[in-house]
Amino acid sequence: MLEYLSSVFSLTVMRYALIVGIPIALCAALLGVLLVLRRYAMIGDGLSHVGFGALSVAYALGFAPMAVAVPVVILTAFLLLGLSESTKIRGDSAIAVLSSSALAIGVVVNSLAGGSATDLNGYLFGSILTLTKSDVILSVILSAVVILLFVLFKNRIFAVTFDMPFAKSAGVRVRLYNGLLALLIAVTVVVGMRIVGTMLISSLIIFPALGAMRLAGSFRGVVVLSAVISVVSFLCGLLLSTTLPAGATIVLCNLAALLVCTLLGKLCKR
Amino acid sequence: MDVITCKHITVHNERTLALDDVSFSVNKGEFLTIVGENGAGKSTLVKAILGMITPDGGSIEVDAHTVGRIGYLPQQSSAQRDFPASVWEVVLSGCVGATGLLPFYSRAQKAAAKANMDMLGVTPFAKKNYRALSGGQQQRVLLCRALCAAKEVLLLDEPTTGLDPLVTKELYATVKHLSSEHGMTVIMVSHDVGGALRYSDRILHLATSLRFIGTPEDYLKTPYGAAFGTEESDHA
Repeated sequence: MLEYLSSVFSLTVMRYALIVGIPIALCAALLGVLLVLRRYAMIGDGLSHVGFGALSVAYALGFAPMAVAVPVVILTAFLLLGLSESTKIRGDSAIAVLSSSALAIGVVVNSLAGGSATDLNGYLFGSILTLTKSDVILSVILSAVVILLFVLFKNRIFAVTFDMPFAKSAGVRVRLYNGLLALLIAVTVVVGMRIVGTMLISSLIIFPALGAMRLAGSFRGVVVLSAVISVVSFLCGLLLSTTLPAGATIVLCNLAALLVCTLLGKLCKR
Repeated sequence: MDVITCKHITVHNERTLALDDVSFSVNKGEFLTIVGENGAGKSTLVKAILGMITPDGGSIEVDAHTVGRIGYLPQQSSAQRDFPASVWEVVLSGCVGATGLLPFYSRAQKAAAKANMDMLGVTPFAKKNYRALSGGQQQRVLLCRALCAAKEVLLLDEPTTGLDPLVTKELYATVKHLSSEHGMTVIMVSHDVGGALRYSDRILHLATSLRFIGTPEDYLKTPYGAAFGTEESDHA
């Protein structure tokens, strides 16, 4: 077993996958708790589809893909979190329109630019073994920032997530926190897309939080458990995926964790 | 002494008039209930007092001691009812406005939160999960959180919605106690005119503009109050 592990991780691609994957799994889980609790769970999905559209257009026009995708997705995140607050346009319908349109644009542009089905497959379902050094640096910095902010502002994050009107009345700068959340979730989604792909990224965000909510009885418990579930599921998925598609295997491990949590939650209640 | 003075407040929501030239003041230590139909501008008035919206016209003066020390109990959202948090976490979050840049709550804040929990009888379920509580217990926890933020004024937005009559009565008694024994100024928005007549010192009737403000006895003599008075006796 140890020999197998050391042989697997002697590959540079595998090491990159680990160094990018663990921080992203951690960030997705932490931010996911906030999104799920505020009923914004589908925002991750919408953002990743927009990210896919932006990547395709960038490739077709010959721009650096990340330099285009990151700002576009950040802008979308601000728009979506802003939309959800105004009652004129229902947030969930706005997300549905946006994600389908962006996905369609991406597929059409990819075809017009003569991209192959293999490229498309890579964007849609992830290509964890093609990560680059810049992905590694970006994801490590991102996760450091997310964890630091969580520790420093945990009380305010709780107050805003639990009850926005109350937090506002107590003088917490709610707009600042919403903006920060939009920014961090956007970057997490773009980097996460490279691992599990456009179609599957929202599972990294939603599943661990849902599982943790079945078991933990406090906000702190949910955050910690969610992070643990996410990282363990990622590691299991990656190790099992030597012959299978990595992204989908990771998602299935997350699903297994969610089912186990649900079952345990039911048993504990009795 | 006036804690809050509203002068000629006018607010437009989208393009409709939500509040029209509303003027009144709230005395220190009194229990004022704001009544009115749906869409009468009650919640808008609350948000204006809290400074969450800026009126298009008029001014709101809040006593210097009171600024930033208003404890707010908003209407509960559905997402909140099944939020995974311990009661202790919820109550302590009432101190969030006073933490400054510190990432943690101070010992004094924790002690104040504990004292408030003792006073409202929340201590027995401090370690419980918030979503496992009954509606009345949840409301009591939120009142406790509001107390942690309040030094002078409590602002309660329809706190008895969805509670059964007995629990409603207990909550009113608690709020009344805070007002009469602890000198807390209470402003409550309510649909329950019967409860307002029984427990509050003054009643404010809002229908975009201010229609009445005065004692419960005088309110019963107005056309609005008279209707509720007969309704009340019909039910009894």
